[in-house]
Amino acid sequence: MIKRHPEPLLWVLFSAGGMLSGMLMPALILMFGIAYPLGWVTPPRYEQMAGLMANPIVRLALFGLIALSLFHWAHRFRHTLYDGLQIKHLNEVVAVVSYGAAVVGSGLAAYLLWQVG
Amino acid sequence: MADRIRLQVARYRPEQESEATYDEFDVPCPKDWVILDGLNHIKDQLDGTLAYRWSCRMGICGSCGMTVNGEPKLTCATFLHEYAPGPIRVEPLRNFPVIRDLIVDIGDFMRKLVTVKPWIVRDEERPLSAGEFRQTPDEMDEYKQYSMCINCMLCYSACPIYGLDPKFVGPAAIALAQRYNLDNRDQGASARMDVLSEHEGIWGCTFVGECTKVCPKHVDPAGSIQRYKLTAALESMKSFFLPRGA
Amino acid sequence: MQAMHHGDLYTAYHPRWLRQPKNTYWWLEKPSYFAFILRELTCLPVAWFAVYLLLLTQAVIDSPAAYAQFMAWSASPWMILVNVVSFALLVFHAITFFVAAPQALIVHLGRTRVPGSLILIGHYAAWAAASVVVIWLLGRA
Repeated sequence: MIKRHPEPLLWVLFSAGGMLSGMLMPALILMFGIAYPLGWVTPPRYEQMAGLMANPIVRLALFGLIALSLFHWAHRFRHTLYDGLQIKHLNEVVAVVSYGAAVVGSGLAAYLLWQVG
Repeated sequence: MADRIRLQVARYRPEQESEATYDEFDVPCPKDWVILDGLNHIKDQLDGTLAYRWSCRMGICGSCGMTVNGEPKLTCATFLHEYAPGPIRVEPLRNFPVIRDLIVDIGDFMRKLVTVKPWIVRDEERPLSAGEFRQTPDEMDEYKQYSMCINCMLCYSACPIYGLDPKFVGPAAIALAQRYNLDNRDQGASARMDVLSEHEGIWGCTFVGECTKVCPKHVDPAGSIQRYKLTAALESMKSFFLPRGA
Repeated sequence: MQAMHHGDLYTAYHPRWLRQPKNTYWWLEKPSYFAFILRELTCLPVAWFAVYLLLLTQAVIDSPAAYAQFMAWSASPWMILVNVVSFALLVFHAITFFVAAPQALIVHLGRTRVPGSLILIGHYAAWAAASVVVIWLLGRA
């Protein structure tokens, strides 16, 4: 018999988010955060970017990346505050704020990525 | 090579003090002496009141674990000359209550160990006439690493989570549970899942990995826990989507 | 059994035992503890870049001018600093995550176990491939 509580699901989301963010974010931030601003590479023109983001597969991938990354952050952040700063008395508050923010962010991502098509 | 080295040994005498103090001793430092030899020299020649646990002095009984210069070590397996010129700070294992001097109480672990059923669990016993269980080398390799645990408690001492949350079941208990879960003679995996799938079971672990680093028998408890997280998560998904069992 | 249980309860709360409380700054005591906390804090740049992607999406929805403004904002000195630091931390996150993966993912092909090193190499290969795809997609867009 397995005990029922949300930890296993949250861990799966954390793991998936960690994997996706590890695979995709370094390249993305290298381009958008460093290469384009410093002029090493010409950034995509607006039409090119809009076209790319209209692609349904790209939008699905972006949604997965953003949503799971936020859940990855929420899980890790909550545990680190609990273990690192020992704020046990605020455990429920931190959990609600973190996972709540992840849910809100995921909803926002779904809304925006729906619109950009 | 210096022929003597200084040991700063933690003392705690509950009948006369309420805090730990430190006594300093100079002990001989031959090349083949370990910390335990130093402690035995102190007890034999310098201060017979020093209290500490030891037994086999060869790294198999798990009794002589202590904190040496901040790190959990088996004192029978740690050479004095590694720390030359010294001094060497010898303290009781962290994260456990200190009974006296270098002796800690590991009752918490002993109680937790029993809850994970560290023995072969069978749905029904085989009759003697059926003969012995046969196991291939590959089948033994599945769990052999986790069977090497000597219950020395260095992993609990190194684990920051156990230090912060004493309800955490802990590395050795989970590794020992896995030793049986992965043994193909055992049928008790679901019985153990009860305890392990609790909030303070495997889910208390944040994969710091210190337990594996300090384990003197290379059991890799951190690995056993992460493996089990995947198993338990899949089991959890299954029981959620297929409540009456597939 | 009853007597043993009683003894357990008594000794668990023995008043004379020395219990040292855990230092709140335990993670400063050892380099490996500090590295662990740093690894955990890589979740912050992960969240930051997720928000950044949301802002980028909003800019693309709005107008070419909004997109141009977003790119200009990304090029401001503070933003470049934040993103350079985030890039470093995200690489650290990726490496520490992929190194951890073989310990959870025990894969058997038939009766033989896939060695952990192979699983790790697989992750790095996937990382390289994913990065190439991302950069190529942005280039040909």
